Amino acid sequence: MTKQYITIIDYGSGNLRSAAKAFEHIINEKNIDAEVIISGKAEDIERATRLVLPGQGAFGDCIDNLQTSGLIKPLEKAVLENNIPFLGICVGMQLLATRGLEHGSHAGLDWVPGIVTPITPNDKSLKIPHMGWNDVHIAHYEGSAPEQNNTHFVLRSAENSAENAKDYYFVHSYMFECEYDHHILGVADYGGDITAIVGRDNIIGVQFHPEKSAQSGLELLERFTLWET
Amino acid sequence: MLKTRIIPCLDIDKGRVVKGVNFVDIIDAGDPVEQAKIYNAQGADELCFLDITATHEGRDTIIHMVEQVASEVFIPLTVGGGISEISHIRNLLNAGADKVSINSAAVKRPEFVREAAEKCGSQAIVVAIDAKAKEDGTEGWEIFTHGGRKGTGIDAVEWAQKMAEYGAGEILLTSMDRDGTKQGFNIPLTRTVSDAVNIPVIASGGVGNLDHLVEGVTEGHASAVLAASIFHFGTYTIQQAREAMKQAGVPTR
Repeated sequence: MTKQYITIIDYGSGNLRSAAKAFEHIINEKNIDAEVIISGKAEDIERATRLVLPGQGAFGDCIDNLQTSGLIKPLEKAVLENNIPFLGICVGMQLLATRGLEHGSHAGLDWVPGIVTPITPNDKSLKIPHMGWNDVHIAHYEGSAPEQNNTHFVLRSAENSAENAKDYYFVHSYMFECEYDHHILGVADYGGDITAIVGRDNIIGVQFHPEKSAQSGLELLERFTLWET
Repeated sequence: MLKTRIIPCLDIDKGRVVKGVNFVDIIDAGDPVEQAKIYNAQGADELCFLDITATHEGRDTIIHMVEQVASEVFIPLTVGGGISEISHIRNLLNAGADKVSINSAAVKRPEFVREAAEKCGSQAIVVAIDAKAKEDGTEGWEIFTHGGRKGTGIDAVEWAQKMAEYGAGEILLTSMDRDGTKQGFNIPLTRTVSDAVNIPVIASGGVGNLDHLVEGVTEGHASAVLAASIFHFGTYTIQQAREAMKQAGVPTR
């Protein structure tokens, strides 16, 4: 595998250091030939072989920040034209949607059709935000081989085997409702289904925080780094 | 299904863990990184650091400590102790903390919580409430500041609701009557506050055994439980706490 250039996109929305530290940790531990940078420059998106979009705060603020930083065009070129593997985290995952309904209605990137709506658990005693560790059930992924149990490459364990469910750390009050079921790669239960992972082609988005999900999170980041689309 | 979180709390003085466990394989019991790694390996769901230095110079030390811990341990980290400015919060979050806990500064100026939540996001703002039975003998609990020394006359339940409304993402509720007694959480207080707000409540203060941890959830309705000494002094491990929860039918990781 050639050297990977992982760019964590800095657009003024949230703490990027944790994601960078987690990638650095697995690169060192697993001896992966890769370099991680945090950058808000178009040229660092152009040269990246892996793109990571974190995000914290409100959907509207995040998409506005992304717009203002002039990064949507270079991102579209890299991800949609050049097929660079892309990982969205938390609000960075939600931005993949067509629209977000947090404090008004805001257009998203529309790379994975769907809308982001408030979590409304059918059990009213459940607290909002959905905060803490929850197990994610991995859905079958059509693009992958049957011998891997139809599990998406990034979601298999380090040994390349498929696992049914793993715990990840969540904190969010809004959730991604996909227009197409086949874009849902993982689901958590919180008084109803919560979309935990979305994806298509070279794009994957996770609602939880892999950089804060101990071993299961680090494993996912490692798989993302090794993912050849 | 969402799991109940078990959170060990570490007291930090001048960047060093005080009251740390002398584990067999630990080289330096005062090293926050080593302690954090052990708790992480035992399966702690989050870590909470309470900075008891509370001096100006102490700020840089705690930030340096957070940076080091966050480079090695990949679970959520909360830092509390003397936080009174947005810049403190920013610096801690940039260093790798996920949440900060605000106590006296919120009582002094409640708007601070609103500002902090607007600037840094509710998910990063924990409001710590130290509550004690009302001193005038009426029913309920009042909140105390300055490590439980200063009464405020503010009702704990009303305060928790106000803080939730101001944008707190979580409440860390400590019973001052129980803290250090090993008699268990103050269940009526915990349940009343947990049921009164729609944000998660972390129960704290008084844990002496594993049944106490379970009660905080089953009877106190807490979303998470925090304990210091039972873990520090090696009385119980996090695994044992998880096991006790599981046996009582409380989902844990």
